[in-house]
Amino acid sequence: MSYIGKPKISHPKAAKNSIGLSKRDYEGVVSTLCAGCGHDSITAAIIQAVFELDIQPHELGKMSGIGCSSKTPAYFVSQSHGFNSVHGRMPSVTTGANAANRDLTYIGVSGDGDSLSIGMGQFAHVIRRNLNMTYIIENNGVYGLTKGQYSASADIGSKAKKGLANQQKPIDPVSMGIALGATFVARGFSGDKEQLVPLIKAAIRHKGFGLLDIISPCVTFNDNEESTKSYSHVRKFYHQVIDTDFVPPAEEIKAKYKKGEAMPIKLHDGSKIVFRRVDKQYDPTDRAAAYTYLRNSAKKQEVTTGLLYIDEECDDMHEIAQCSDRPLSKIPYEELVPGVEELAKIMNRFR
Amino acid sequence: MKSIFRMGIPVVGKNYFPSNIQGLPTWYEVRISGDGHQSASNQLDIIVAMNAQTYQKDLLAVDAGGWLIYDSTWARSKLLDRSDITVIGIPFSKLCNERFEGVRSRILMKNIAYVGALVALLKIDLDIIKELLNETFASKKHLAASNLEAIMLGYNYVVENFTHPLPLTVKSLNKTKNHVIIDGNTAAGLACVYAGATVGAWYPITPSTSLMDSFQAFCNQLRKCEKTKKNNFCIIQAEDELAAIGMVLGASWNGARAFTPTSGPGISLMSEFIGFAYYSELPAVIFDIQRTGPSTGMPTRTQQCDLMICAFASHGDTKHPLLFPSNPEECFYMTLSAFDLADELQTPIFVMSDLDIGMNDWMCPDLQWNNKYQPKRGKVLNSEQLDAMEKYYRYLDVDGDGVTYRTLPGENAKGSFFTRGSGHNKFGGYTEDSQEYQDVVDRLLVKWETARKMMPEPIIDYSKYNKTAIISYGSSDGSSREALHKLKKQDYNYNYCCIKSFPFSESIKDFINKHEKIFVVEQNRDAQMRSLLMLDLEIDPVKLISILHYNGNPIYANFIIDEILKNDKKVVAA
Repeated sequence: MSYIGKPKISHPKAAKNSIGLSKRDYEGVVSTLCAGCGHDSITAAIIQAVFELDIQPHELGKMSGIGCSSKTPAYFVSQSHGFNSVHGRMPSVTTGANAANRDLTYIGVSGDGDSLSIGMGQFAHVIRRNLNMTYIIENNGVYGLTKGQYSASADIGSKAKKGLANQQKPIDPVSMGIALGATFVARGFSGDKEQLVPLIKAAIRHKGFGLLDIISPCVTFNDNEESTKSYSHVRKFYHQVIDTDFVPPAEEIKAKYKKGEAMPIKLHDGSKIVFRRVDKQYDPTDRAAAYTYLRNSAKKQEVTTGLLYIDEECDDMHEIAQCSDRPLSKIPYEELVPGVEELAKIMNRFR
Repeated sequence: MKSIFRMGIPVVGKNYFPSNIQGLPTWYEVRISGDGHQSASNQLDIIVAMNAQTYQKDLLAVDAGGWLIYDSTWARSKLLDRSDITVIGIPFSKLCNERFEGVRSRILMKNIAYVGALVALLKIDLDIIKELLNETFASKKHLAASNLEAIMLGYNYVVENFTHPLPLTVKSLNKTKNHVIIDGNTAAGLACVYAGATVGAWYPITPSTSLMDSFQAFCNQLRKCEKTKKNNFCIIQAEDELAAIGMVLGASWNGARAFTPTSGPGISLMSEFIGFAYYSELPAVIFDIQRTGPSTGMPTRTQQCDLMICAFASHGDTKHPLLFPSNPEECFYMTLSAFDLADELQTPIFVMSDLDIGMNDWMCPDLQWNNKYQPKRGKVLNSEQLDAMEKYYRYLDVDGDGVTYRTLPGENAKGSFFTRGSGHNKFGGYTEDSQEYQDVVDRLLVKWETARKMMPEPIIDYSKYNKTAIISYGSSDGSSREALHKLKKQDYNYNYCCIKSFPFSESIKDFINKHEKIFVVEQNRDAQMRSLLMLDLEIDPVKLISILHYNGNPIYANFIIDEILKNDKKVVAA
């Protein structure tokens, strides 16, 4: 076999979550990505987030397309079903999966090539549907599996390991998400797990489309000084505008915030997100202002991070389509078939 | 047309329309046949020419000895006279302009008045016309009255000015009892409701759109939860066909019955995902309502031109089962089979309809239902079965038929596995090991042979005295049967096989082996069914003689007869 499983023995005293599982229970097979890859840090943050959210592994759907990023669902929560689809088409598969069973939690993992080039159309349209899912873009500005071509998110002047500096304008998934009407938009950095874990948890608990753009340096092809997606660049230009805490439904907000500094938002399952504005100009509930702020900071090559926009009031795909609250795949056939008499009535309409 | 149907006379209608929005000239062809022939005919006895700009073309189309009815409000050019037909001028516009107010109403009523003229000329039962008007306008009684008035304008004008009825009239029969007039897309959409499909994803494309319209309409009526009034279905209009098939696969991965209706260009776009579904073994029902290709082709004309692309859609070694309904009735029953087969075989199943079947009005026996029907969901392990197992692996051929056991997400952690299009071994793990890879693709061939045994059998009309036979399928079936019927009257006898599915069953091979020469009748340029027969059954190509009709209009019996006689003039009556 070409993959390596991890031993599932955990320390008897290892911390367990409320459903009695330890963090080891949320691990996957051993990663085949390069040592130091940002994607592996994100995988670790996802494991931490779903562990802390007490998600039953088999009630999680791991969805992906093609690319280095899309390989990662194999590296977390082995006890979940995974769907490694075709290049750029994870959003449509997740739409269908969610249409059939709205009770599962869906985490889609994509990359800058998968979402911003080949899958741009599906990325835009899944936002329009406000599909209830978490959509992670592991953004490194480069194609890894095909050995180092620029992706659509590479900045002008960014210089990869081989070839000339990139001259084409980058596509920023965060600005795009905000412009297209995404209801939850955040940006993180694979090197800042402390910020990442609450963002992932909030995206999962957000009812609707949770977009997380995570800058994830490629140590093999794009981690040189000139690259804006390198560890050194991100650390230098790191600009956190909103600090986010995630508070589960049962817990009280314990930390004390100074008046005017913190702003709690209640999510649909009763959990709360508490923002603290690091940059006082920033308002994550004002779509137009958020968009303008991001465009301006992009000019300065700043990597703006945090929960950048949230709207908790929009209907998701099922509510828009007025679908049954029960998962469609669980409705017994007897309730779906109209029967003999109805067919006879229908036939009379065609004479 | 419905009035003639209610007189007990078999009748079918075909719509010939351009790919446009503004409302360019459209033809509706009604065929009335005591023998019940349903396919297109190249014989036009009566034309009602309502469009001045197509008048000349229409005039030329009438068969010698036939009749042309036109609006004589305005004089027509003398150049356009034909002496071998009878031209009947009725001033429809003038009559309607004098009686009705408003431009819109005058135009609409002009198109009703000609029905009155036909009623008088052909001796159609006027009481049935009244009955239909009352039913159609049950909630708008004033419309029934004004429509009848328009009909009587045409009727009375004929009675007062012409010898009537014509030598050609319709005569009541008793041949339409327990029959309906329905199109294939409506029947297929209804079947999706009965099959228990809950997720439909699509991108609008002619001529498949009305299938989803039908599903939507029947669902709105029959699939609302009684208590909550919410929908027990989810229809998603996707951004393109790639997304539509992706949604179908996501839904079926989660255990819902899901489908997508499309046409040729959609299949081209879906190909990558179809290969994924083949290799990862996910059920899907794909309706290909075929239209004239290649490329955009003629979107509102018919062909049977997608056999090859559907049979082998996607890169790599892939092949897919196809179903060939011949009419709307088979669209209904084969849709049910398609969902069962997709679940049982865990692979995409194609329902190969076309514009002629899908969008035209056919006469069919009433669609029947048996309340005992239970969907065959195939090998799906539930949570209890998983608990009882020591270990579960997705692609182990436990039963030796090439079909392995599935599990659904959300059921049991023990059943979890990774669905992927990349190389995998029989345990469901990623692999780049040659032997492990080959084990799985070889097992898929075992499944292919299982499919062969499960596909619907052909309909064979066999007499051992005939050395020559005809093979057809789908919408070519009707004209082939009519041709057989007419040839028999001239003492030309052929055996007949109507293929219903691919991969081909043993009975088709036997049938071919028993004959020296076989005409393969189909509606494409490249003889795609003939090629499939050669590929799948290794038939000697010399034996298979193609009869191909591919101009976009439906094939008709006289064409087949002419082609057969060109080749087979010396045949001696058996």
